Parts: sequence; C-alpha cells; structure tokens
Amino acid sequence: MVIEPRGNISRGVQMAIPVIAALVALGLAALPLAFAGAPVLEAYKQMFIGVFGSVFSFTEMLTRATPLIFTGLAAALAFKARLWNIGAEGQLYLGAMGAVAVGSGLIDGPAVLMIPLVMIAGAAAGAAGMLGPAILKTRFGADEVVTSLLLNFIILIFVQMMLEGPLKDPMSMGWPQSEPILDNAALPQLIPRMRIHMGLIVALVAAVIAQIALTKTTWGFKIRAVGENAAAARHAGINVNRTLLGVACISGALAGLAGVSEVAGLKGYLTTDLSPGYGYSGIVVAMLAGLSPMGVVIAALYVASVFVGADSMSRAMGVSSYLADLVVSMSLLSVLIGSFFARYRIRFAGKAGASQ
Amino acid sequence: MNKPLILTLAGLTKRFGEVIANDAIDLTLHQGEVLALLGENGAGKTTLMNMLFGHYTPDAGYVEIICEDGTPLRLPPGQPQAAIDARIGMVHQHFTLAENLTALDNILLGSESLLSLRRHRRAARAKIEGLMQDSGLIAPLDEKIGALSVGERQRVEILKALFHDARVLVLDEPTAVLTPQEADSLFVSLRKMVDKGLSVIFISHKLHEVLAFSDRIAVLRHGKKVGELITADADKNQIATLMVGEETALPEREACDVGDPVLELKSVTVRRENTRNSLNDVSLCVRAGEIVGVAGVSGNGQSALAQVISGLERPDQGGIAVAGKVMPAPTPKGMIKAHVGRIPEDRHHDGVVGSMTVAENLIIERLDAPDVQTRGFLRKKRIAEHAKELVQAYDVRGPGIEARAALLSGGNIQKLILARVLEQEPLVILANQPTRGLDFGAAGEVARRLMEARKRGAGVVLISEDLDEVLSLADRIVVMHDGQLIEADTRDRAAIGLLMAGQAA
Repeated sequence: MVIEPRGNISRGVQMAIPVIAALVALGLAALPLAFAGAPVLEAYKQMFIGVFGSVFSFTEMLTRATPLIFTGLAAALAFKARLWNIGAEGQLYLGAMGAVAVGSGLIDGPAVLMIPLVMIAGAAAGAAGMLGPAILKTRFGADEVVTSLLLNFIILIFVQMMLEGPLKDPMSMGWPQSEPILDNAALPQLIPRMRIHMGLIVALVAAVIAQIALTKTTWGFKIRAVGENAAAARHAGINVNRTLLGVACISGALAGLAGVSEVAGLKGYLTTDLSPGYGYSGIVVAMLAGLSPMGVVIAALYVASVFVGADSMSRAMGVSSYLADLVVSMSLLSVLIGSFFARYRIRFAGKAGASQ
Repeated sequence: MNKPLILTLAGLTKRFGEVIANDAIDLTLHQGEVLALLGENGAGKTTLMNMLFGHYTPDAGYVEIICEDGTPLRLPPGQPQAAIDARIGMVHQHFTLAENLTALDNILLGSESLLSLRRHRRAARAKIEGLMQDSGLIAPLDEKIGALSVGERQRVEILKALFHDARVLVLDEPTAVLTPQEADSLFVSLRKMVDKGLSVIFISHKLHEVLAFSDRIAVLRHGKKVGELITADADKNQIATLMVGEETALPEREACDVGDPVLELKSVTVRRENTRNSLNDVSLCVRAGEIVGVAGVSGNGQSALAQVISGLERPDQGGIAVAGKVMPAPTPKGMIKAHVGRIPEDRHHDGVVGSMTVAENLIIERLDAPDVQTRGFLRKKRIAEHAKELVQAYDVRGPGIEARAALLSGGNIQKLILARVLEQEPLVILANQPTRGLDFGAAGEVARRLMEARKRGAGVVLISEDLDEVLSLADRIVVMHDGQLIEADTRDRAAIGLLMAGQAA
C-alpha cells in the first residue's frame, strides 16, 4: 500500500469535502439509530422536523448556532495563526461573568449605552482569558494547548466561587446563580415570542468583519504569514509575538462574546451550566469550516441543526440525544478523512513487480 | 564498457499537469562507475532521481536493477521500499533528518526492527566509525541533528546511505553545502568507495567537479536528455553549452568607487552555548560600492553574523551601525527600515511563506508602504500590478503571481527574494549563500544583480562557502573561523584555505 500526494486541489473539491463529509456522517448515524432499535427513517424525519418543521424550531436552531459562531470564529482566527486556543469554554464564562458584573445593576442607563457596555465588558474579560496563555507562550514558550485548556477548569471553578459569593443573587433562594441582567442591558429579541436574539446579528457581523480582516487587511496578512511560516514572517520584519498577542485578544474576545450573547440574550442570569461545551464545539465548527470565517457560519448552522434535530428526535423517539455528539464527531472525522484523501491517494500494489 | 551493467532507466516520463518534467529519458549505470547528471534548475534531474527512488510514479518507462547474481529486477513504480531493498541509497538536496534525534539515531533510523527489544548499537556504531574512517566523512554521532551545521548534516546523510550498504548511491547536489576542501575530501572518499564497487549518480551544477570526479556525464535540459559523453573526452565549454544552450560568461568586474561606510560592526560578541552560533569580538566595515566576501567553513559563526545583520539576533556586546547611524536595538523591521536588504541562507525556511502567493511574498517586507495598503487594507490591485512588474523584471518563472510560492523551483524562489530585496534599493545587502543549490543561469543572475547593486553604491556582505564565488565576486575577502573574522590580504586560494582551517597564512 502506497500513499502518494496528489497535485493541486481545486477549489470546488475543497468546498465539496465538508458537505460530503457532513452527509456521510448523517448517513452513518443510521447505524447507532438502528442499534438503539429506532425506526431509522422516522428518526431522520423527526430530526428534520426538529429543525425545519416550524418557524419556532428554525429560530431555535439559529439561537443555538449563535454562540457556536462566536466560539467557532474564536478558534478559526487563533488556529489561522497557529495559536491553539483550546480555552474558548473558559473565555466564554469569563465573558458571561463580565457581562453580569456590569449589566446586573452596577450601573444603569439607556439600552443604547448598556448593551455596548455589556458587550465590551464581556469581550474584554474573554480577551484577558486568552492573553495569559499567549503571554506565557511568547515569553516562556509555554504550550498554549496545555495552559488554555487547563485554564478552562480553573475559570469554571472561579465562576462557581463568584456565584457562591460576590455575584450571588440574594433573591435566588440559595441557588448559585447571579443577579439577572437588567432589561435595558439585555440583547433584544429579534422576533416576538421567539428566543432568537440580537446576538445572532452581532455574530454574523463579527464573521463578516473577520473574513474581511483575514483576507483584505495587513493584519490578516500578518496572521496568515505567522501561522504558515513564523520564521519567514519574523525574518520579513513581522512582529510575530505582537501578532500572536493580538490574535489571542481577538480570539478570547470572540469567545467572551459567546458568553455575553448567552447570558444577556438568552438566559438572563449566569449559572455554571450556561454552556453545554460551546467552547469545545467551536473547535469542531472551525475545523469543519476549514478555518474560514464565513465557513464558520455555515458549519455552526450545521452543528446547531444536528444538536437541535437530535434533541427533537430524542424526545419523539426515545433515543439518546447523545446521538447529536456522535454525528458531530463523525462529521469532523469525515472531514479530516475527506481532506486527507483530497491531498493524497492510496494505491494498492500487488506483489513487487506485478503492477505496472 | 567492460564494467557490468547495474542499472537501466528506460523511457522514464513524468508529467506534472501540462509540464513535462521528464521526457522519455534513458540512462544506464555500470558497476563502479560515477555518472554525473548535469542540468539547470528545473531541467528535471531531481524528478528523474525521485522516480528512480520510487518517490514519484513514472507516467511511462521503467527502472531495472541488475541483482548481484546477475538477474535483472524491474522495480515496481512508486515504492521507495523496493528501491531501498534493491540497495539504492539517496541523499537528498533537502535533508531528511530528524532534528531532535542524534546523528547515530538518524543513521540507524529505519534499520532497526520495531519488535526487537535489544538495540545493536555498539555494532552499528563500530560499523559507522569504520565508515567514517574509510571515507573521512566525520560527523559527531552523539550530537542532535538540530545542533549540527548544514555540512555536518550532509555527512550524516551520506553515512546513512553507506550504512545501509548501498550499491547505487544517488547524490543530489552533494557539494552545494561543502567547502572546496570538504568537497575534495568527499570526492576522494567516494572514489575509494567506487573503487570497491559502489556506483554513484551525482547531480551537480559545478562543472569542474563533474569533470574531476565523474566517469560519464549525462546532460539534461528542459526534461530531455540532450547529451551523454565520456568525461575524459569532454571539455568544459562543450558541456556548458549543452547544459544552458548557450555560452554564459561570468559578470565583468568593473572598478567601483568605494564610498563611505554603510555597515559597521564594532566588537560584536554573541555568546551562545553552541560555538557555531557565537561571535567573538567581530568587527567589520563595509563601504558603499564594495562587496565583502565572508569565506569560511560552515558552522564557524556565519549564521550568527547573518542573524545580527538581519536584526534577528541582538549582540551581547558591541554595536552595529548602518550608514553611520547606530542601531541600539536592531530588529528585522528596524533593519529593513534602515535599508538593509537580507537574502537568507535557507530560502524555503526563512525566505518565503510557501503557502502564500508569489504576490504576497513580494510585499511581505513592506506591509506599511503606501502602495501596499491604505489604512490597513491591502491594495490588491496595486499589489498584483507590482508583482507582475517584478516577476517580469527579475524573470521569476512559475505558474503565476497568484500561485503559492512553494510551487516555484529553488532558483525562482531566490529570484523572488532578490526582486523583493533589490527593488527597495537597499544601502546594505546581506547575501547569505545566495547561490547555494542554484544552476549556472540562476547563479549567474544572482551574481549579476549583486554586481549591479554594488555599482549603484550598495555595500554587499556576501557569505559563501563557495570560495570560487567569493573570489570572483568580492572586492575584499574576510575569513570566518571559530566565531572570529580575519581579514585576508590575499586572493590566493591556498592561503585563504589555511585561514579557513584556522591557521595563520
């Protein structure tokens, strides 16, 4: 068996890989479904209805996609510079905490003032969360995979501590949760009686800005150069460390905005189960998107659809909603395998000399 | 020929897209013979050898090796393992060594069974030491590859092939990284091995070594074999004409008025654990309109010197001044701003971002320039126009300005770097091994451009292990040895060679 590289990969093939991979992963979900004893076609139908069956279900999917766009962008930008930010989950909580700290009564004002203020506070808190690992990396060469990952647990425990202490809502009857976000600091709903909120708009704007920044500005140029060949970038006069620190701040800020969006747009107050792992899912989203910001939007919609669809399927059919995690994981594997086969081909040769 | 045939390449053809890299090439190799494969960059030499070694699958043709018992064996295409089993050894131009392993481990890599619990290192070491003694290719076996100089790494590569009992040894530009003395001793040792029955194919651009070392010469041009001759009957001009299709002459030296100092190093000391990265009280003055050649065996501090002039390394002691202005804390950007143009030693690693486009690589040093960006936004149209002009002016050949730089050949990457550096009209040019691995045409082009810059009034620091290059280009020669610079008041090869070896002339 021989693995050999292929020539140039066309853009069309590159775009087709994630789509095919996503379909393959969905198709493969039939196996565990059948194994669980559920009627497979009916299950798929329930999954579809769960996302596209009504305006409500569709907006639910978009609501679920919102934090994933933020965390997906956080991962995509950082990874583009080869800065492995695995700490988006922690930065998300820091962002939420920043939003709560500012937006739950510390100061008051009109919504036009409060909403930006809450967002800035959350973004800054998230940025600070990634700045630490980035400084350790640039100053001491500490591996940011380890530091940013482990920081997630520290931050979560820190949030817990704050919710038991300074940030605890005295009206919560003992539950560890923060005081609620003020009404004029909350992100407004987009459609009455639906949960979809302004966070989605902010996320989409962020994706567009990230796309433009990456492809059309000198800043994006530097990020790509540093990520692709840091030695050459340094030789060419690009300040590699400063670029990495900048990317770390933006990446952390985006993850922080995911937290702001969840707490100020959806939940209203902070608890330690604010995020079902959006920070980690963001990594999957970014990989599915091939680190392209606009691709992140599409990948986030896909992952959110799988989650929401699987939820509704699990309610209707009585199968475990963990199936969603399975499909998402298989999608990522399929994409990785798919892009491998786009770059290499495997040839099976018979006995030596037999093949011509 | 009375020597027995050992290897036949028949009608080997390889296409990359529309480019025909190799067009039905026939070659034979006899036992105990040295075949030189000569040709310009992009002539298809490396592609041909990659097919021989199974890295590429030929579109047509086959490789046949005659086994020791005399039976012919047709190698299955695209299987390096088959080539290894047939005892073909290859030393690539770009080394394939694991940097974090020792030289010994690298040599043994792949020869040890994963299932074997014991490592037969003592026997292996004895065999390698024997080989080192026989060949004179000395490498520190217990040092990690990352700490070795380029020249030493190559010796490890060759030892690795010899360790695997190669019957046919393919050397892709083996002397590109060696000093003349090292090259000579390499040839002496290879000749010994050849006399014992080793067959060698070596790829080279250097005519004098081809003439001195080979038995037979095959010349490739544009993917075709354009000539094959017995070395004893060949003459230099005839081969050169075959190779490039026309006569090429070295640039004429014109007298140049030497002006004010443009680059001054004063007692620069860089202390590093490794002596090869250290500088010991180095002073150097380069004036406008002169080329200062830095000769020396690789690993004697040249890279530290280059790093200091590039702004990548800050001296522990001493100062550096450009055009009379002291640079207190030099950075790469600061050096670029001070009009120091830098041509790095490793053009793939430090010179270009391979996955970015040719156009992007052409502006990477001038991201702040007003014709590159306005308020941080890239002026793509201007950048493209600019790239088209430069690519034309510097004859950078490749699939276009929007193609990834990694798709260019070595010579064209170097032209790209030259274009990027020289269009900024630098006051000082640091050219570190600027023609390493380049063919006649491209090397001549680099030399011509450096002469042109000198004429314009630039001061050039030319670091090179190729003494011929230093002698032909430099107005003044300094020799680097053990982190120190010695002024050579002579142009005598032997005297400079002695300085390079650390002995006063």
